[in-house]
Amino acid sequence: MLSRVANSIYWMCRYIERAENVARFISVNLNLLLDMPSEKGKHWVPLVMITGDQLLFEKSYPDFAQEKVIRFLTFDRDYPNSILTCLAAARENGRSIREIISSEMWEHLNHFYLELADPKSAVLALEEPHRFFKIIQMRSHLFTGLMDCTMSHGEAWNFARIGMMIERADKTSRILDVKYFMLLPEADLVNTPIDNIQWTAVLKSASAFEMFRKQHHHITPRHVADFLIFDAQFPRSIRHCVSKAQVCLQRITGASPGSSQNMAEKLVGRLKADLEYTDIDDVIQHGMHQYMDALQTRLNLVDAAIGSTFFSLKPLSEACAAEQ
Amino acid sequence: MRPFAAYDPGDFFDELIEPGGKPRPGAQLLVDKIESLPEGDLALRQKAAEALLLKMGITFNVYGSDEGTEKILPFDIIPRIVSGSDWQQIETGLRQRTFALNEFLQDIYNDQKILKDQVVPEDLIFTSRTYRKECEGFTPPRKIWCHVTGTDLVRDRDGRFYVLEDNLRCPSGVSYVLENRQVLKRTFPQVFEASRVRPVDDYPTKLLEMLEYLAPAHLQSPTIAVLTPGIYNSAYFEHSFLSQQMGVELVEGQDLVVDDGFVHMLTTKGLKRVDVLYRRIDDDFIDPEVFRSDSLLGVRGLIHVYKAGRLALANAPGTGIADDKVIYAYVPAIIRYYTGEDPILPNVPTYICRNDADRAYVLEHLDRLVVKAANESGGYGMLVGPHATAAERAAFAEKIVVEPRNYMAQPTLSLSRVPTLVGDRLEGRHVDLRPYVLFGRDIYVQPGGLTRVALTKGSLVVNSSQGGGSKDTWVL
Repeated sequence: MLSRVANSIYWMCRYIERAENVARFISVNLNLLLDMPSEKGKHWVPLVMITGDQLLFEKSYPDFAQEKVIRFLTFDRDYPNSILTCLAAARENGRSIREIISSEMWEHLNHFYLELADPKSAVLALEEPHRFFKIIQMRSHLFTGLMDCTMSHGEAWNFARIGMMIERADKTSRILDVKYFMLLPEADLVNTPIDNIQWTAVLKSASAFEMFRKQHHHITPRHVADFLIFDAQFPRSIRHCVSKAQVCLQRITGASPGSSQNMAEKLVGRLKADLEYTDIDDVIQHGMHQYMDALQTRLNLVDAAIGSTFFSLKPLSEACAAEQ
Repeated sequence: MRPFAAYDPGDFFDELIEPGGKPRPGAQLLVDKIESLPEGDLALRQKAAEALLLKMGITFNVYGSDEGTEKILPFDIIPRIVSGSDWQQIETGLRQRTFALNEFLQDIYNDQKILKDQVVPEDLIFTSRTYRKECEGFTPPRKIWCHVTGTDLVRDRDGRFYVLEDNLRCPSGVSYVLENRQVLKRTFPQVFEASRVRPVDDYPTKLLEMLEYLAPAHLQSPTIAVLTPGIYNSAYFEHSFLSQQMGVELVEGQDLVVDDGFVHMLTTKGLKRVDVLYRRIDDDFIDPEVFRSDSLLGVRGLIHVYKAGRLALANAPGTGIADDKVIYAYVPAIIRYYTGEDPILPNVPTYICRNDADRAYVLEHLDRLVVKAANESGGYGMLVGPHATAAERAAFAEKIVVEPRNYMAQPTLSLSRVPTLVGDRLEGRHVDLRPYVLFGRDIYVQPGGLTRVALTKGSLVVNSSQGGGSKDTWVL
């Protein structure tokens, strides 16, 4: 398939996944607030921190009030990672490849964006935020479902899945990083109910609470981190995402497991192996933040390698000329 | 309320209603259905159709707006109905005209017999901005130049169809024909079924067959692609739609490269050769090496590959000479010259400003004429005399005197009308008709075409850039 098309479908899915994750973070925070003693403003800071764009926020907004954070994360067209900006980008990418994706996917994505861009959405988001952010998440799921059921699982689909998996792994690592940093220094809270509520919220941010319970029963920071990083079966765990991305990559290149043909395959393969042969004790010993930081860097390298391997192809004659 | 009871066809040829108010034979079912609808229902159906078009993303960008406002091409749910016998004449007329224009192109770029026989004045050809010297001596694959043609027809008060202009470069709009049909099938399903409307849906298949026919015969499965200027082009939706319907790649200039004497696509698995391009980029922009050197849309070296016979292009470069609006006046003679037959579809009478007598007449009667520049499209470079101010007419007169070669004039026709929904009532609006013709193994005329409607009351300009919309066209 065309390199440009592969690039567009990869980014279309990354943007939709990113938008969904932002909606999920906000949703969980809204729920959390209902259970927490009112400490106005404070609970919206970590949300901005997860995105890694705190400086950008502080430039345009005076404080971390709920309304402002929601506006920033959801509707701010000047913020490149707001839900609206992500969906606009996903849609522009989708538009440029609408002959590749199914009409169902395109129509849904188009509708998804148009509804969100409607001024009525901003009103609903502030008046009934619980309902609003649930709708955003469900629309993203619907998109993923449509992609699964109406589009051939060929090369384009595999690029789409890789985009989605890399983005998801990155977001899960960010939740964990920020929450660990926020929660663990307060050692005296480790076994209080509030702490429990906080860690439950972490799991819920990744829609992982129920599945975690089946696996570990008791909520401890160690278990939560273990589950979100290393669980082999949970669809939002980092290990699972990386391993799915690798499968898609192998389908694209036709490589058999264990034989990497290009930089993208090598980097994904190494990352996957590391996730398989590392455990949570290694991570804690290493330092959670350092580990997550390194992991995010490696995901970025994978992204760059996919770009240079598949998307930015040059004809041979030109490439040769450039090397001389 | 019965919308047709209050409808006045006026002093025009109405496509649905006979003088006196009786529906034309093919329109009876539709009129009955509309009359039976509860009050307000028609307006609701119109809204639903618009919502559907927006949801399908059949929109064009409106520039100069931060919010990325998008609009659908205005669409009116009352279809235009063409009887079987009218269509028969249109179809044979268009076959004849397309065949003759293709012969003309082959002749002009090779033997120039028609010039030597003085049927068309030689200087007219060589002064045309769309004449391509680069094509001299070239014969395209299968000797076909104008693979896709969109011919604009109008019906005058006398009920006859006339050819208003030929579009042989990159005529657009066929996707609206297909999408309008999808929408109308949902809007009036029972009437549609009972009226036995001829299907338009096999256009993409016919287009694909035509493109395959252009590839070198020894290739088992040639690679075909649609070349688009990109998502900001107003016809992008159509480019994407056609490539999707045909199941071929949609490429931009940046996706193509000339290497080793062939044109290739840049793919995730390396270079892939392209054999046939349905290009929707004008000649001017297609290859910066040969045509405009500042073009970023095209592919450097593409024309060289084309002329070496390693790539087929539809339409061929150089076809613009045949839709020059002054050459248009000679098309009836061109048809007689190459076919020995009289034209089946007449031209609108045309005054050629480079002829002294014609020019004198035009300058004297500007208030009654429509004047057009030879190489403009989209309703630009045009003067509608009766609707223009004295100052506009004077400005145009000056242009004609300075550059007579570049202008022609026609009497203001009284274009036929179709009932059109305005609020919750019906009013007559002027329309034209653009059927699409494909020239491959044989000549195919899609039964239908784009009916463009001037939505502004009394207006005769149907172009979408000038407040026009579209309607579904039912051929019975």
